[in-house]
Amino acid sequence: MSYNYGRIFIPQDYGLEYCKSPQAIVFDEFVRIYFSYCVPDGKKLISRTGFVDFDKKFKKIRKVSKDVMPDGVLGAFDEHGIFPFSPFRDGTQIKAITSGWTRRQSVSTDAALGLAVSNDAGETFKRYGDGPVMAATVNEPYLVADGFVVKSDEYGYLMYYIFGTDWADYDEADQPERTYKIAIAQSDNLLDWKRDGKQIIESRFPGEAQALPTVIYWKGCWHMAFCYRHTVGFRNDSSHAYRIGYASSLDMWNWKRDDSKIKIPLEDWCNEMQCYPNLFKMDGNLYFLYNGNHFAQNGFGLMKLEGF
Amino acid sequence: MKWEKLGVVYDPTKSENRPDWRYDFAQGINSLIYEDFIRIYFCCREKPDMYGRTVSRMTYLDVDKKDPTKVIQVADHPVIELGGLGEFDEFGQYPFSVIRDGDIIRGFYGGITRCESVPFNAAIGECISRDNGDHFEKIGRGPVLSYSYDEPFIIGSPKIRKFGDIFYMTYCSGRKWTIRDGKRAEVCYKLRMAVSKDAVNWEKWHRNLIQDKLGENESQACGDILYRNGVYHMFYCYRGHEDFRRNPAHSYRIGYALSKDLITWERKDEIVGIDLSEEGFDNEMIAYPHVFETDGETYMLYLGNEVGKYGFGIARLDGEIE
Repeated sequence: MSYNYGRIFIPQDYGLEYCKSPQAIVFDEFVRIYFSYCVPDGKKLISRTGFVDFDKKFKKIRKVSKDVMPDGVLGAFDEHGIFPFSPFRDGTQIKAITSGWTRRQSVSTDAALGLAVSNDAGETFKRYGDGPVMAATVNEPYLVADGFVVKSDEYGYLMYYIFGTDWADYDEADQPERTYKIAIAQSDNLLDWKRDGKQIIESRFPGEAQALPTVIYWKGCWHMAFCYRHTVGFRNDSSHAYRIGYASSLDMWNWKRDDSKIKIPLEDWCNEMQCYPNLFKMDGNLYFLYNGNHFAQNGFGLMKLEGF
Repeated sequence: MKWEKLGVVYDPTKSENRPDWRYDFAQGINSLIYEDFIRIYFCCREKPDMYGRTVSRMTYLDVDKKDPTKVIQVADHPVIELGGLGEFDEFGQYPFSVIRDGDIIRGFYGGITRCESVPFNAAIGECISRDNGDHFEKIGRGPVLSYSYDEPFIIGSPKIRKFGDIFYMTYCSGRKWTIRDGKRAEVCYKLRMAVSKDAVNWEKWHRNLIQDKLGENESQACGDILYRNGVYHMFYCYRGHEDFRRNPAHSYRIGYALSKDLITWERKDEIVGIDLSEEGFDNEMIAYPHVFETDGETYMLYLGNEVGKYGFGIARLDGEIE
């Protein structure tokens, strides 16, 4: 049986609004969980990167930081915020793939993926250039986001990510809505990525938007968690809001979907929406972080997964 | 080097029948040689909307080979559809550069999208014509050359050439946006190069092609290359960072650089042999040069004042390039 810690972080307790996409880096004495919090910029909200350090039993919070990276420069892909922030260890360094947001006129936003590097063990990060390392291509016209890097002996760096397949007007929506799918890219240097615009996780219904893949190797198999929603109605209609999806693979490239594998016990902070998962290993156990209602407005939760 | 100006080829302000999609401006020029005529692709602007916003479209006109200031016909349609909702070229396609590739014609253009904090962004799209240049279709919904870690925005102004088996595309790459005194944001861009074997997958060189002359905020665009006598000759335009639309002190001029290997360029603007006229459509600015050869002559198409508001002219090379 999986052990549910429930909600372990409430951003309002630390003067923050939202804590989207918790993503863990494990240290010897503690575990650091990065997330994206939101601040108003006079027009809308922008996302910034923060982290919280927990002891390894998740009983005590040791530190909270709101100053991980400065905002992007005028006109750049990430000038209106970074969400999610996806850290990973690369040798002795900690690096991160950032999803940068930039506002558009006919549609609300575009997104592309940046690279950031830390030289102080994950306290702060610097951009590898003002621009993205992965943006739209001829086959992926917009909304390249949610990158999650896995180092592989065989393939160098693999990145699971999403790209937009549709922006469209719908009778039921008051603004154009977007659909995106999960794909995979390969790189030897984190700067130049090969990809082919192919969806790798099958859709379960028309208009399914898939987001935020997280991938880990555990007990002889690759596991992916992600979240999915309907293209229209996902903000206010719980039946169309994000749910957690799951897929497994033996080779990292071909995936078999089975959403029944991960079940989150529903509590009042996550009973309408479950989203933005993150898988990580610590001291011989497999853990699962997740967000709840209103796109992570009120915190994130944790489960220790058994039976995988 | 000396260029003899032959006059204005096309001035959209003097065109009496202007459809809304070809309301004003003629810019982003490029030629294609046919047996009996020269086709000049250019970018026009749609009639502005109630907010003063416009959209660039790509079209063409044909001129007489013996007298390229003589227009034979002006196309009655844009050669390509605009991009769809949210796509990189939803709000304009400009400038345009074409090349024959076997039975097809390949076109490259800057796709324009509208942003919130800055007025626009650009990335380069590719399209193909299978009807000998009358219509083009995008090869995909997204751009073929877009932003990278060192090139954060404004990837535009493509000029396509093929030397040997390699396609070479010069383009401009945005370096910074600045806002001063609450005015409209202005962008600075530099000339760069990408190469490709198949004209679809492009490899950036990730460095500026020429040194700055007007300081670090100099903008450079439209690097058009001719190969002659073992040397590559590049014509381009450059300007200052602010107040460049009307003021001749900061407006575009045409520059020149030469290279033996396409990699290392020596900038020699002082011998380009073409400058502002005393009066006329090009007395404040000359910009966006396009050079081509036909029937033993070498020509340069170029924009005049306000980046083609009053159209483009043509000059003929008098003697040798150097």
